[in-house]
Amino acid sequence: MNTVALLSAAKDGILTGSVYALMATGLTLIFGVMDIINIAQGILVILGAYLSYALQVHWHIDLFVGLLITIPAMFVVGIVIERLFIGRLKGPERTAMSILVTYAVSLLIEGGLNMVFSVNDVQLQGWYVTRSFAIGQVHFGYIYVAGFILAGVLLGALYFMLYRTRFGMSVRASLADQTSAALVGIDVKRVSTITFGVGIAVTAAGGMIYGATNAFNASSSYDLISRLLTIIVLGGMGSLGGAMFAGILMVFVGDMVGVIWSPVWSSLSYFVVLVLVLLWRPQGLFGKQSARIA
Amino acid sequence: MNHKAKLLRVLGVSSVAAASFVSLGSASGAASSGSIPKGQPVKIGISLSLSGDFSADGQAFQQGYKLWAADVNKTGGLLGHKVVLDIVSDASSPTQVVTNYQKLISVDHVNLTFGPFSSLLSLPAAKAVSRYGYALVEGAGGAPSVFQAGLHNIFDVSLPVANDLMPFAKWVTSLPAGQRPKTVAFVTSNDPFTEPQVTTIIPILTKAGIKTVYNKVFPAEVTDFTPIADAVAAAKPQAVVLGSVDVPTVSAFMQAFEQSGFSPKAFIATGGPDQGSTFIKAVGAKNANGMMVPNAWYGGSANPLSKKMVAEYIKQYGGTAASVSSDVAEAYSVGEVIAQAVKATGGFDNSKIISYLHSGVTLQSVQGPVKFNGLGMNVNPTAYTFQWQGANFVQVNPLGDPNTVKILYPKPAWGK
Repeated sequence: MNTVALLSAAKDGILTGSVYALMATGLTLIFGVMDIINIAQGILVILGAYLSYALQVHWHIDLFVGLLITIPAMFVVGIVIERLFIGRLKGPERTAMSILVTYAVSLLIEGGLNMVFSVNDVQLQGWYVTRSFAIGQVHFGYIYVAGFILAGVLLGALYFMLYRTRFGMSVRASLADQTSAALVGIDVKRVSTITFGVGIAVTAAGGMIYGATNAFNASSSYDLISRLLTIIVLGGMGSLGGAMFAGILMVFVGDMVGVIWSPVWSSLSYFVVLVLVLLWRPQGLFGKQSARIA
Repeated sequence: MNHKAKLLRVLGVSSVAAASFVSLGSASGAASSGSIPKGQPVKIGISLSLSGDFSADGQAFQQGYKLWAADVNKTGGLLGHKVVLDIVSDASSPTQVVTNYQKLISVDHVNLTFGPFSSLLSLPAAKAVSRYGYALVEGAGGAPSVFQAGLHNIFDVSLPVANDLMPFAKWVTSLPAGQRPKTVAFVTSNDPFTEPQVTTIIPILTKAGIKTVYNKVFPAEVTDFTPIADAVAAAKPQAVVLGSVDVPTVSAFMQAFEQSGFSPKAFIATGGPDQGSTFIKAVGAKNANGMMVPNAWYGGSANPLSKKMVAEYIKQYGGTAASVSSDVAEAYSVGEVIAQAVKATGGFDNSKIISYLHSGVTLQSVQGPVKFNGLGMNVNPTAYTFQWQGANFVQVNPLGDPNTVKILYPKPAWGK
């Protein structure tokens, strides 16, 4: 067994896994607060990547500087989607209906992106996209390290928002019991709308890293969404920490299996992990029955 | 129990209804009689991957088909009938492609069918249209599995893929021992287009004394290629043979290699570098330098038919000859072949067209002469290797061909 290959796979698992966690964060946050399964998360990641692409190609704005524009822009996109589609879902079938509605939203966005950008693959460029530094014989791509740091910072910011702000308290109260939250004066609808916006806003960062590490087009979203759903189920739907841990675990296991045995078994391996975990903890690794934000 | 019985009854009735519907569809959409009333257009049904994994190739195929239709219509159409393309999207799904061709024939009543993109979709498509007696002439279904199905109605106008990498293998083994790569890595997607190409040349390179240091297959649905590419880089092969179907796969490997500080002396990918400007935009022109790809056609081809098509393509879509995807030529060739078959048979009767294409006749296309064997495989084309040299996409194999230029070897370091 080649030690460098093993160490590289471990490094790839941790760094790439954190980026997947970042992409899945919005998905788990939205489910945790709103009980909405956002199938459009994959295409929203790609939308975030295309926004960075447009800023880079047309205005020569650096990818990381561009996040100052794309994150607020994606927040607005999230608010619009919530107001137009999600907020209108009522009744006991709301969660199931959200799958269909958000799938329709994803098709709309995919069609729009294909019209504007065509289906030809593009990739985000920057001096740090292809460069790396080495520790021993293991090379660390700057963009992957940046993605890891960005994931940590944004997840930390989300934690701060949830546990150190008045709005976070409202979110957690809404999560625990929407009726009781409304009785103590919390505007549950407003909290839901803003939470949806925040959940979509963080995909801008995940999309930028994804677009800098992969050539992509609108159809790339289909490969993403299945992975993102796997992450939040494994981590526990609604758990931010769970998403981070599960993202890293999933990619780490897949990468190690790919190096030790064969890449053919990579995808299967994390589904095996998922099944084993769910047999042991049906609510996922960090999922809770009552309060899911943990 | 009662509920179960009811369910079974409903299923039974549904099955009979479905079977009847299919039969009706087959009857009404049975192979066209061959004649079209004067003044009416000839409808050609096509399923293309306009979304999904193959969307970039599907889009290029659409350009090729449309370009051909426009050219034919400029000269009065097929036997005086204007060509109308009925294109539907299959989202790169082998299931949807079957539904699409069934609809095109039984509901839209198209007169002819052209193939979709990729071997993965061409085989189910050919099976579907064969039930209606239609010919399926296609440009991107050259995998052995397509011909091994024993269908009588499929015709692939392009190069059969199994021997695509042969010129590359011959060139490598022809190098003096001192220059020849000493080690090689084979890494391929488990796709019917890529695997046969890669496995064909492994024994040839092994026999020449080149040691295989990595040989793995990865599933087509992989989204993150970095760990696989890192494992290849860690094995430090002097040559890399990548079985890829698209630009994102090649670009991910190139990026990971560059980040690992690894640059092989020779790097050939079965698909991706032939995608013209799409490839260059994704990887950057400097990184493309030295990248190789096998194929039967390139934008700089000296074939007069090809030159004409390239000029028209550039007029309509812009770019340069090097930026024209080989998908465009493959699709265009389909139209050319069917036009000659229609002219020769004097109509649109699919059974006559199938017989004609099986007759051993040699037809002309932008990709060169086309002649089908009993399996529908084009036996005429020559396999070439192309390479990006700066901004130019040039032919570097086979050796001895008048259009072959000197190969850039060893491949320059990334970004040089």
